[in-house]
Amino acid sequence: MQFMLLFSRQGKLRLQKWYVPQADKEKKKITRELVQTVLARKPKMCSFLEWRDLKVVYKRYASLYFCCAIEDQDNELITLEIIHRYVELLDKYFGSVCELDIIFNFEKAYFILDEFLLGGEAQETSKKNVLKAIEQADLLQENLDFQIRLFPAPS
Amino acid sequence: MSDVVEKTLSALPSLLSLDSNAGAGKLSSTSKLGNLIRGITELTSKHDEEKLIKKELAAIKEQVASPNTTMRQMKEIMVRAIYCEMLGYQASVSYIHAIKLAQQGSVLEKRLGYLAVSLFLNESDEFLLLLVNTVLKDLQSTNLNEVCMALTAVSQMFPKDMIPAILPIVEEKLTHPKEVIRRKAVLALYKFYLIAPNQVQHIHSKFRKALCDKDPGVMTASLHIYLQLVKESPESYKDLTVSFVTILRQVVGGKLPMDFNYHSVPAPWLQIQLLRILAYLGKEDQGTSEMMYDVLEESLRRAEMNHNITYAILYECVKSIYTVYPKAELLEKAAKCIGNFVLSPKINLKYLGLKALTYVVAQDPNLALPHQMTIIECLDHSDIIIKRATLELLFRITNAQNVTVIVEKMLEFLRQSSNDYSTVDLVGKVAELAEKYPFIKQDPLNLCNGMQPDIPNNFLRLLAEGFDSVEEDRQLRLFAVDSYVLLLQGETASLPQCFLQVISWVRTKVPIGLFPELSRYIFPSILLIFSYYIFSYYDVVLMFSFEYFGSLDTVLRQRAHELMILSQDAGLRGRVLSAEGRLEHVDSSLSFLDGHVSEALAAGAAPYKPPHQRQEELAHEKALSLEPYGLSLPVSLSTCSITDRLTDRQSPTRLSISSSVSGNSTELSLKGGSTTLKLDGVKRVWGKEGYLVQQPKEVVEETPLPPTELPSPLGSFQSPVSQTQTASPGPEPDQERQQLASSLFVGVGTHHSVCLMGRTEAAPQRFRRKPKGTGSSSGTSEHSSNSSHSSSGTAAGNTLDSTTAATGQQISQHALGHPPVNGNPIVETPGPLPPVRDGGVAAEIPTGHTDSGTLADPNEDPVPVRPRDLPLISHLPAELSGLARSKLTTLCPGPDPGLALSSCRVYKEDALVLVVFVSNNSDSTLHRVALRFTSKQLEVLFQTNTTFPIRFSENLPLTVSTGEYGKMWLSFSHDVKQNLRLITAGDQSPLTATLDTLRDRLHLHVVDIIGSEGIVACRLLRGQPCLLHCRVHADSLAVWLRSPIPEFPDSLLYHCQKALAEA
Repeated sequence: MQFMLLFSRQGKLRLQKWYVPQADKEKKKITRELVQTVLARKPKMCSFLEWRDLKVVYKRYASLYFCCAIEDQDNELITLEIIHRYVELLDKYFGSVCELDIIFNFEKAYFILDEFLLGGEAQETSKKNVLKAIEQADLLQENLDFQIRLFPAPS
Repeated sequence: MSDVVEKTLSALPSLLSLDSNAGAGKLSSTSKLGNLIRGITELTSKHDEEKLIKKELAAIKEQVASPNTTMRQMKEIMVRAIYCEMLGYQASVSYIHAIKLAQQGSVLEKRLGYLAVSLFLNESDEFLLLLVNTVLKDLQSTNLNEVCMALTAVSQMFPKDMIPAILPIVEEKLTHPKEVIRRKAVLALYKFYLIAPNQVQHIHSKFRKALCDKDPGVMTASLHIYLQLVKESPESYKDLTVSFVTILRQVVGGKLPMDFNYHSVPAPWLQIQLLRILAYLGKEDQGTSEMMYDVLEESLRRAEMNHNITYAILYECVKSIYTVYPKAELLEKAAKCIGNFVLSPKINLKYLGLKALTYVVAQDPNLALPHQMTIIECLDHSDIIIKRATLELLFRITNAQNVTVIVEKMLEFLRQSSNDYSTVDLVGKVAELAEKYPFIKQDPLNLCNGMQPDIPNNFLRLLAEGFDSVEEDRQLRLFAVDSYVLLLQGETASLPQCFLQVISWVRTKVPIGLFPELSRYIFPSILLIFSYYIFSYYDVVLMFSFEYFGSLDTVLRQRAHELMILSQDAGLRGRVLSAEGRLEHVDSSLSFLDGHVSEALAAGAAPYKPPHQRQEELAHEKALSLEPYGLSLPVSLSTCSITDRLTDRQSPTRLSISSSVSGNSTELSLKGGSTTLKLDGVKRVWGKEGYLVQQPKEVVEETPLPPTELPSPLGSFQSPVSQTQTASPGPEPDQERQQLASSLFVGVGTHHSVCLMGRTEAAPQRFRRKPKGTGSSSGTSEHSSNSSHSSSGTAAGNTLDSTTAATGQQISQHALGHPPVNGNPIVETPGPLPPVRDGGVAAEIPTGHTDSGTLADPNEDPVPVRPRDLPLISHLPAELSGLARSKLTTLCPGPDPGLALSSCRVYKEDALVLVVFVSNNSDSTLHRVALRFTSKQLEVLFQTNTTFPIRFSENLPLTVSTGEYGKMWLSFSHDVKQNLRLITAGDQSPLTATLDTLRDRLHLHVVDIIGSEGIVACRLLRGQPCLLHCRVHADSLAVWLRSPIPEFPDSLLYHCQKALAEA
């Protein structure tokens, strides 16, 4: 996978992950073009796009578009399922996820993505394992919060 | 504002108030990120947003610089910085602090620090070097979380040069007790492999260990590496095929833990990865492919649930099946699967079905035929992506007959398309087709006119964009420039604006001196345009010329100078322009030919009729006025260049060319090696007076074949026309679409008689070899050995190149000129393999044809001697060597031990090929070998093991109606005209007699005879037709031949002459 973008129906970027290095300028250009192209498409249309020399697979969940760019020989359908699995993970983690969860906790969304995809490849396809890894880290956070509340750092 | 935003806004207060939000996301109302997000959501204009972010960034800058900021606060700042970056504003001040956070923070802060680094920085960023030490430290940490984070960061980006520093530690992690660590370590190594393959070469054995890991996650991760490795060098990993097959079988069989199921399909990601690896391994390798057939079939069978994920597996499976060495059963199943995809109402599946078809039609064009109507529907689909995919598919099935329609469709798409990339791609494809099928290029102006009026701009963009990229696009750009200029000339209405654009483009985009070649190419065109508009754009012209004055290229400088003078001197301009104007206007009435025409008419030539009139007459009155005015001139055969088509597998025909070019053969360049026909041994049949009538020197054994044994060729090889008519399915398809279908799919699939898509396969091979009379075959070898003894001792190598004297006899081609020979076949004596020597002769016998035999004769086709130790079978033509074959059998253990004849059957998909080896067993050099084939139904492919292939072939009658004939006539581009002698026989008219002779001897089909004209048709064994138009003129027969293949008419003409000479 080359990159993954999450954006809203208004075209606002919610999350971006680039697995192949791109210059900032190029990133902006790609994002702008792609968001425009995808938003212009009608709901009944095909979820795949041929875009430049890449294939773009996108899917809309409520008000959010999930959009992945893959190479020519990659499997479009499995990419669609990667998106779906990611949504499932988000849903499980946030508990019926909505766009706001992702807006306000985008770093969490990134953490989940990093546990699921690494370097553009599906790293862990077992839902249980991904969530376990995230929860472990969160547990750490809660412990820390608890400690801080009990023993506030001297200011 | 849309309702969603309103909803978001109304939800905000409750969200921000306190922990009402579900899940782990806790956000206090005082959170700065919360404020920022809320602030931005409330704004309406881009300008306000910019202002707000600027303020925010300034605040961030101040805070990160402050020494009092704790790591915890820093974490919060980083989150905001990430947010600003996501909105498209650079927060570069925070980069260094992100690294610091990863370095110094506690576990949680570290995590965010790493995340921020991975989002902010690029692989090449120098900042990344600062991270190396942190990573090194974390990798060695006892805290698993820290190790995980470091590995995650490393797998996302790492400076290439620093890999050796951490490689040993990452390697070590491959044996870590925790599977999470092992998995991430494998992925980190995968990343290293991608960016610096040579650095991880030494640990390939460790990858194998990862592949055998007891944890499926680690194993899956290792497959990413293996996919890359196998893709790059499949040979080195063939031994792993069994392992991959076993793994796949276990996965498909549901042996993995339930955790790995996805919608109750076991580990689909793993399955797909394995299928892709297997595809690479089995590609063009029969042995390896055989190992995986079972598991491929099982995957195909198991994936039957109606869910996207099973379709994903099916799609991959089909791709693999078509990539590995073909197996008929599997292909059939895969084809059915593709059919389901194409017919699916789900648009995504339809798209993939089209993609899959595009992938497979290269192997079997027939697969597209059952889906004609669907494809036509997709061509008009509202979704441009589907349209695009359909065009891609059509592009793959383009042939000479449908290219015009397909190009038309492509241009239609271009007219609507606004996407740069697909425009570039498609224009490229049109250009490619134009190159491949020159006849659509004949009228590039038309092609371009089809592109008006939106295309000019697209072209312009194409030109402009293409220029930054690499050299290889140059050709395309040249084509674009060419078309563009043509377009400008064609369309005058919108010209001024386009013209200005071109000027501005050339000025800004062509760096002078950088592309001198291209500039030189464009310049004359520009000049031409200038010449029309020089008045209105005087200043632009001046500017333009001035710029080119500075050019280093002398040609450009001169052009610029010319232009300059031209623009200043009105008188000169007037003269030059009028001259140029004349050049522009070709005298289309051809009035200068009037004198010649009247002379010709006086001499008895028929008046010229324009094509449309001819066509009309053909269709309605069945009149035959295909003859142009004037007498046809003898065609100089020596100018024909005949190329070897042996390597061209797509070519459906085997040409009979061995003796078709015989005149002036000595003048032919023989340097071409394998691509040029060698003509030594071919007798001279052309003298100054024309054809030299000669009696054949050999008497050929001829036994007429009983008519019942004659195969019906039309049963298995349909003509393109009838093919399309029979192949369109659909209950009541729209007439128009039907028509489109027939024009699009014309000629598709005729090359292959086997169709896997729901049709029965071609009739089983009926070919049977009859025992050959020993007498005749030993006679053969006797003759041959005689010749082998007459060797003159010339060095083997150069004998081939020497042109033989006029006494040379041609390689006889009685296959064509004589009635069928029945049963003088070949002995099937199983015997030991003779020592290998020499050339082989392959006879290709299509399915359904009865056998006849081969005969060899003393003659002089010198064959060099090969080293003894090579096995005979290794001389098989490359295209046959991969196929299944019978044992080598000695044909005639005749009296002469010096020469051995042996044969071997090779089973091709659509034909049984009989390969006959003639080998020299003696020590002396075999100097001349002549082979003669006396067969009617045999298609012979002659090949010595030097690069000297000759083909014989055979024509079959082509049964067409006069109307079809007329249509075909117009579509063929290669023609030859010649006068032949007329035969006078009894009460028949000379024309009828001659045509009858030709029909009998050459198996031509006499379509019609009207008055003094007759039309005749025939085709090669594999389908390509040739049409003849004959007209009696004085005491000779003026013949005009046309065919889609350039060499065919010449060849056929030769045989006509021969047949008539012998009659």
